[in-house]
Amino acid sequence: MTAAREPERAPESAPARVNVPDRVWSGGLLLLGLAVLVVAAIIVAELVHIGGPAILHTGVVAFVRNSVWDVTRDVFGALPFIYGTLVTSAVALVLALPVSVGLALFLTEMAPPSVRSIVSFPISLLAGIPSVVYGLWGLFVLVPLLRRPVEPLLAKTLGFLPLFQGPPIGLGYLAAGIVLAIMILPTITSIAIEVLQTVPGTLREGALALGATRWEAIRVSVLPYARAGIVGATMLGLGRALGETMAVTMVIGNSPTIRASLFSPGYSLPAVIANEFAEASGDLHTGALAALALLLFAVTVVLNIAARLLVRMSRRGPTRVAA
Amino acid sequence: MNSLAARRAVNWIMTGLCALALAVALVPLVSLLWLVISRGFAGLSWSFFTAIPAPVGETGGGVGNAIAGTLYIVGIACAIGVPLGVGAGVYLAERGDTRLGDAIRFIAEVLSGVPSIVVGIVAYGLVVIPMRRFSALAGGVALAVLMVPTLARSTEELVRLVPHALREASLALGVPQWRTSLRVVLRTALGGIMTAILLSVARASGETAPLLFTSLNNQYWNWRADQPTASLTVQIFNYAVSPYNEWHDKAWTSALILLLLVGSLALAGRLVARRRVR
Repeated sequence: MTAAREPERAPESAPARVNVPDRVWSGGLLLLGLAVLVVAAIIVAELVHIGGPAILHTGVVAFVRNSVWDVTRDVFGALPFIYGTLVTSAVALVLALPVSVGLALFLTEMAPPSVRSIVSFPISLLAGIPSVVYGLWGLFVLVPLLRRPVEPLLAKTLGFLPLFQGPPIGLGYLAAGIVLAIMILPTITSIAIEVLQTVPGTLREGALALGATRWEAIRVSVLPYARAGIVGATMLGLGRALGETMAVTMVIGNSPTIRASLFSPGYSLPAVIANEFAEASGDLHTGALAALALLLFAVTVVLNIAARLLVRMSRRGPTRVAA
Repeated sequence: MNSLAARRAVNWIMTGLCALALAVALVPLVSLLWLVISRGFAGLSWSFFTAIPAPVGETGGGVGNAIAGTLYIVGIACAIGVPLGVGAGVYLAERGDTRLGDAIRFIAEVLSGVPSIVVGIVAYGLVVIPMRRFSALAGGVALAVLMVPTLARSTEELVRLVPHALREASLALGVPQWRTSLRVVLRTALGGIMTAILLSVARASGETAPLLFTSLNNQYWNWRADQPTASLTVQIFNYAVSPYNEWHDKAWTSALILLLLVGSLALAGRLVARRRVR
């Protein structure tokens, strides 16, 4: 393919003489570029290879819908882990989204540039802290805090909801959701800032010139323009929350059950892989865990593709307006 | 219906709420850093850096082998991941304005969102199963797979920052394409690429999940690539979830060391970037 294209390009770049080192350089670069595709192919192939037989053994629908995970009897149902992953990620999004968007708005629309440059450092710091350290903090700071003042208080005030009932153990969905919220906050914030910066100044100025207050200008012209990008940022945050392993493993309680209350211990897809894979009791167990990973992989890839397309669309928006 | 005063009030309330978001975001960061420093500092000693872990109940001991193991595994990851990641990035910047380039770029973006634990299973299948044992090599492969997509994207961006005039000047002087790329474009972008490498090494050093069932753990020193190897992150995890108080203290001290390692790598990256800008 490259060889076929070469003659077309030759006249504009160099005299019609075959330049061997140039070809070697081009070919080498192409190989390195293809390495990314090879890596992607290897990921898919290995997951299917290890996890595929286990899924087929149980049946796809049964695997996803069965809520019993009993290693000793070779019964593998993924539902408790899917449920735990979804619940903790939902809690994380509910907590992180308003804070991230508020923070992004504050930094792009309200705060003076000096504040922005000072604050960008701690936010990047938040993104750089290893997840096992978040887990450590969650286990020894957040969980005790939830056990005593927070969860009893929630039970007293909002206890009529099934979400906030049951014994305040500390370890559980709520703890995992809060840690996840802290971890995805910098992700959502930084992409939201990027998106907000592409909103053309004229939109803002138009609203302000018509007598809108700053908040009204944000609500009427900035947010609608940035909506697709912020949704994309949220989806990237969600992708990170779904796949986050260590911090969740350390605070979710590791109990393969399905409970309505956020106070109860649960389990998540990455957490069960982290806890059981190294000591898996046979090919079927290993395979079932790899199948969970395959599921996780598929979901995050779909989410990422959708999110990237959305962020890309909203990034391209302003250039079209300008042109 | 909406008086000006009311609208102004709403404006200030919303501004206040957004400023509050900043405070809310900083609370966990401050709390986490404070606890890691205050609880971790007490356990710091020379032997903590040089000794191997002590059994339960015995005083002393350290995480020297885990620190060495992290550096070893990350070193293996660099040897595999840096050439591939940087190379793919150079390809995207130099030859990437094609359909194929777009596809590779998009896949690299999507791959950078794949959970690290999934990558751990891939490395398990690639290395652990054929070798029939957990090994530093498997851990290195896992981290390398994680490094490639992000490194490719950041390298591309940095190479693209090199002004076109430089490239054109070189080509106009009759320098062939490959020498222009290597000696002019890449040399100009070198500082930025160094920064990107250091940041991705910092990220890789903090990974735990993909190491749990690739390099596993080891209570002793190990310098063989085909043997299970300790790492700082896995050690923190094991200490933290253990039932012993003195091990919890060790988890905090190890976390302090890990933060110092990751932080100094990131800081070095920033310094390289700054020096190059001048």
